[in-house]
Order: sequence, then structure tokens, then C-alpha cells
Amino acid sequence: MAQTAEAPVAPPPRADERVGRKSPMARLLARPEAGALAGAIVIYLFFFIIAPPFRNASSFSTTLYVTSTYGLMATPVALLMIGGEFDLSAGVAVTSSALCASLFSYEFTTNAWVGVLVALVLSLLIGFINGWVVVKTGIPSFLVTLGMFFMLQGLNLALTQTITNQVASPDISTLQGFGSAQKVFASSFTIGGVNVRITVIYWIAWVIIATWILLRTRIGNWIFAVGGHAPSARAVGVPVARMKIGLFMAVGFMAWFTGMHTLFQFNTIQSGQGVGNEFVYIIAAVVGGCLLTGGYGSAVGAAIGALIFGMVNQGIVYAGWNPYWFTFFVGLLLLGAILLNTYIRRRAEASV
Amino acid sequence: MFRSRRRAIGIALLMILPLILAACSTTGGKKAAQGGSSVAAGHANTQRYTIAMITHAAPGDTFWDIIRHGALAAAAKDNITLKYSSDPDPTKQAALIQDAINSKVAGIAVTDPNPAAICPAIQKAVSSGIPVVMFNAGVANWQQCGGMSYFGQDESIAGVAAGKRLATAGAKHVLCVLKATGQVQLEARCAGVQKGLGSEGTMTKVYVNGTDNAAMLSSMTAKLTQDKTIDAVITLGAPVALVAIQAISSAHSNAKLYTFDTNAAEIAKIKSGAVQWAVDQQPYLQGYESVDSLWLYLTNANVIGGGQTVLTGPAFIDASNVAKVAQYAQAGNR
Repeated sequence: MAQTAEAPVAPPPRADERVGRKSPMARLLARPEAGALAGAIVIYLFFFIIAPPFRNASSFSTTLYVTSTYGLMATPVALLMIGGEFDLSAGVAVTSSALCASLFSYEFTTNAWVGVLVALVLSLLIGFINGWVVVKTGIPSFLVTLGMFFMLQGLNLALTQTITNQVASPDISTLQGFGSAQKVFASSFTIGGVNVRITVIYWIAWVIIATWILLRTRIGNWIFAVGGHAPSARAVGVPVARMKIGLFMAVGFMAWFTGMHTLFQFNTIQSGQGVGNEFVYIIAAVVGGCLLTGGYGSAVGAAIGALIFGMVNQGIVYAGWNPYWFTFFVGLLLLGAILLNTYIRRRAEASV
Repeated sequence: MFRSRRRAIGIALLMILPLILAACSTTGGKKAAQGGSSVAAGHANTQRYTIAMITHAAPGDTFWDIIRHGALAAAAKDNITLKYSSDPDPTKQAALIQDAINSKVAGIAVTDPNPAAICPAIQKAVSSGIPVVMFNAGVANWQQCGGMSYFGQDESIAGVAAGKRLATAGAKHVLCVLKATGQVQLEARCAGVQKGLGSEGTMTKVYVNGTDNAAMLSSMTAKLTQDKTIDAVITLGAPVALVAIQAISSAHSNAKLYTFDTNAAEIAKIKSGAVQWAVDQQPYLQGYESVDSLWLYLTNANVIGGGQTVLTGPAFIDASNVAKVAQYAQAGNR
């Protein structure tokens, strides 16, 4: 519960709320993800009632799949936002990583795993550059990563075109190591007749790891501290610069992971892909209770936020609605979630 | 501490290097790829002209790559400097046309997905003495806009042709997959399919996010799960077709897959039988003819088409002719 004490929006405690007893309900409502959880339940029930195909387990597994591809990225993006920074390059960075792995191993005819490792280095480097520029210059990460977003978008297209003379990456499915990499990054298995894609498992695992880091480790405390008030954090000895660079590199790492899934699931990558997904990740984190100002939020919340986005995305198809309404619905949902979050948090704080 | 860590990283990288070099694949990759040489058809000794090609291409779409390859091949042959630019936003595309007028190019080849925005810019080019040929989009309005010739496919005709062929193949319930919302030419294709099917079958539309493979896969899987009566899927672009193959299998659907447009990877899937056929509008031809016809006009005052649309499609690529096309697809020309 350390993060609620450090949340910058918390009004000055009247009694000492840190040691005061709270009812279990109040403690649940005080969690950052409370609003998102309520929203997710409402949306699930809503589509459960109006869209019959949504009810069966295999449909929900499909929903979980698209959710996991957003959720994998939303997890480090949420950590980064708690640490007080943005990454607008996260969406195209996924495509950059996939293209890098594909083009490297194809052009040099190497084992597919070599491309995978080269892409990991590149992704971590992108994260490092983002973080390093933000820390060294003090320019808002919104601007730094916006620049990175455009640069990567251009590089994806221009380099792919220059190297392959086409705008999609070549077929690498016949390379050695492709099969084993596909097993690791893009396989699926069946539980009780329901086909589950492996990204769902990875996603859940990463959410658990991220939650453990946030709530049970020194690094987690530092993340909240850095995002809450960086100068104070620095004053008490938190390595602010290294924390921020590390968080950007965590986003880079997960962009690599997600990129590898995309590559080995779909084999060829169109170089214009991924644009716009950075907002989905941020939406998931915000719906899940992360504050835009940093210092507050949770990994579980971002996971629920991604689930809400995934459910709406799929629910509209299952319900057979006109998809023109989709973006309107997403916007409405975002606004509703933020209002609900604010309301619940105020009530929880008032009822201490 | 910092220095020793740097040294450690350096040593680690040095150790990885031989591993990378040793880990070559004996299968696939560039070494195994055959051919792929670009087309070269001699070189004209006519005056050097600059031609601007301005399209509404979304960045990274393989379809437009093929158009560009055709245009470049013609430019190389005709001693032409080709200035290619594109923007999916109609007002920005109109601004690009204005840029071409300002830089006094010898000719303009342009697509017109949105006549209200693009037509005035084209008329301005024509009135300032620059010949304009149109291609790919704008088949209904190109004469009014002042285009000299038009190279492309009538999307409705193509849709009807596809629909008729689907009906012949016995399709009863067709799913038309649109990769974007609000695009006239895509809607025209689906409407054409519906028309071509006639009373033989029904058609349902689904819109997917063309910039996100995982989202595409999930949306199509969802639709195929939701409606088990769908026995045919027709996608409006080659990259979507590649994802649709996976969607059909993960939804345990028996639907057959058909598509509009082609790229190298998709043509391989026609070869393997995963895609039944593709409606081909021959984008290479559109790019090539646009540039070549301007060259003919500039050097010999020829006009192609006699005021009528020059149709580059629909042609069908299926099991019977895929082998012939596949060798050119590898080079990104089909």
C-alpha cells in the first residue's frame, strides 16, 4: 500500500491514514485498479448478455489473445507512467524490432535466433536512447518519444524499402531456428477444448512479475518515488536517472518480446504497422488507474485496462454491430473509466 | 565500477560476435532466394523530363510498392526523373499536387480517391499546361477532372466479377473483409461482390484494423466464430489475406479464402492452395503505363485510351496461372 501514501493527489491526511484501520471494502476501493475492475465486469456482463458468441470459452480465448498483445506492452508502459514518463514510440518500436530480426536473419541468412538477439539489442538501445535523452536534457518524454516515434516510423519504411526493395519483410519461415522460435513466441495449446495462445500466458506472467516488483521490492518503491516527486526521490538517494532509463529499457524489452510474437506468428511484417498502438497502451494504463502525472497506478490495472479494450474490440464484432461506432465507444469508455476512477478514489479517500 | 562494467559489456559483445557468424542458416533466407532482378527495357535517348507521381498510398502497404516498381521501370526506360510522393490524407495529397505544379514538372501521374479535394488541384495543373494522367482511384470522375488518360480497374466491375466467380464456386455466405473504414473504393468492391453474387448468396462485411496483425486476426476469428454459416471469405488486400488464413484455421471454419490484390507472400499461398484466387488489378501496369503514357505524350504527343478508361483489371490469379506470375512476384513486381 506504499503507493497510496505517496500519491501526489492524496489530500493531506487528517488522521494518520497510513496506520489507520480500514474495512476490506475500503481497501479494495483504494486500489488504483478498483475502477477498472468494476468497468471490466460491467463490460463483460454487457457483451455476455447482448452477444451470444461472446459467451463461449473459445471466443473469450480469442478476446484474451488480442488483449494479451496489448497487455504485454501496457505492462511496462504502466510502470513507465508510474515512474512519471511517457513513451509514444512504443507502438512502432514493436514493428521496428520485428523488422530488425526478420531483415537481419534474412539478409545474412543466419539462424532465426540470431535475428531475435540482434533485435533485442536494438530494442534495448531504443529504450536506452529514449531514457538517456529524457534524463540528460530534461525535455518532457512526451516530446522526446514523439520524435522517436516519427524517426522509427520513417526508419521502418525507408530501411525496409532500401534493403528489400519492398515495404514488407521477406519470408523467413524456411530459416533454421524459425520453428523453435515460433514455439517460444507464437505457439498455442489446448486446455479443455479451448485453444489458448501462448502470449496470454506470458502476459499474465509479466503482470505478476511487474506487480511483485512494484509492491514487494525496493525498485518498486523507487519507481513510485521517482514518479511521485523526482527531486525528493533524488534527495533520499534514489538513482532517478538510472530508474528512468531502466523503465524506458523495460518498454524496449517488451516491444522486442511483442515484436517477436508478431514476427513468428505472421512471418512477414508490413513496415507501416504498429502506428496508433502506443495510444492503446497508454489508454490501457490510464483506464487501469495510472495517473498521467506519475507516482500512482498498478500493473494489474493496466492489464484490466487492456482487457477492457480487448473486450470492446471483440465484443462489437461478436455483437455484429456497425464498427464505425468502435472508436466512439473506445473514447466514451476512456472518459467513463477516468470519471469512475476519480469518483471511486475520492470516495475511498474520503471514507478513511 | 563504470569502466569495468563497460569492459564487461565489450567482452560480452566480442564473445557474441563469433556465435552470430557461426549461426548461419543452411535453409531459406537471401542465399536461397532466386532471381529477383529488376526489369530493364533499354534506355531512351529522349530529353530528360521530370514527372511527379502522387498517390494516396498508406505508408508501408505492399500494394503501392508494386505500383512504384512499375513506375520506376518505365522511368528508367524513358530517361525520366520520377518524383514519387504520397499521403493518405486528401487535402495533403492535394498540397503535394500543388508542390508539383510549383516545381514545374513536365507531367503528373495522380490517383484520385477523393474528387472533391483532388480534382481542383488536378484542374489547376492542367490549366497551367502540365499534362496529367490518372490511375488506380477516381475512375468515375477522371474526365471531369481533366485527366488525359486513366489506368485502373473499375472497383464495382471487379467486385461483380469476383462475386460471380464466388457464386460459381458455390459460395452461399460471403464475408467481405475491409481493412479500413470510410474508403469509397473498398466499399465499392464489397457492394460489387454482393451484386455479383446476386440471388446465389448473401454477403456480410467486417472491418478490421489494417495496421495491427493481431487485432486483424482476432476480429476475423471473432466474426467467423460468431457466424458459422460463412463459407467464403474475401479480403480486400493481400496482407489481410495472409492473416485470414490463420483466422480461418483458429476459428475451425471451413470457409474458403479469396482476395483482391496480390503480393509475393500471398501469391505463394495461392500456389499452396491456402488462397483460392486473387482479383488482380495489375498495379505494376498502372504505375508503368502512367509514366510511359506521359513520356509518349511529351515526346510524340500520343494520348492513350481515346477518352475511355484503360482497364488494367480485373484479372484472376489462380492455380492455373500462378506459376507464371510467381516468378515476378518474388521481385515485387506482381
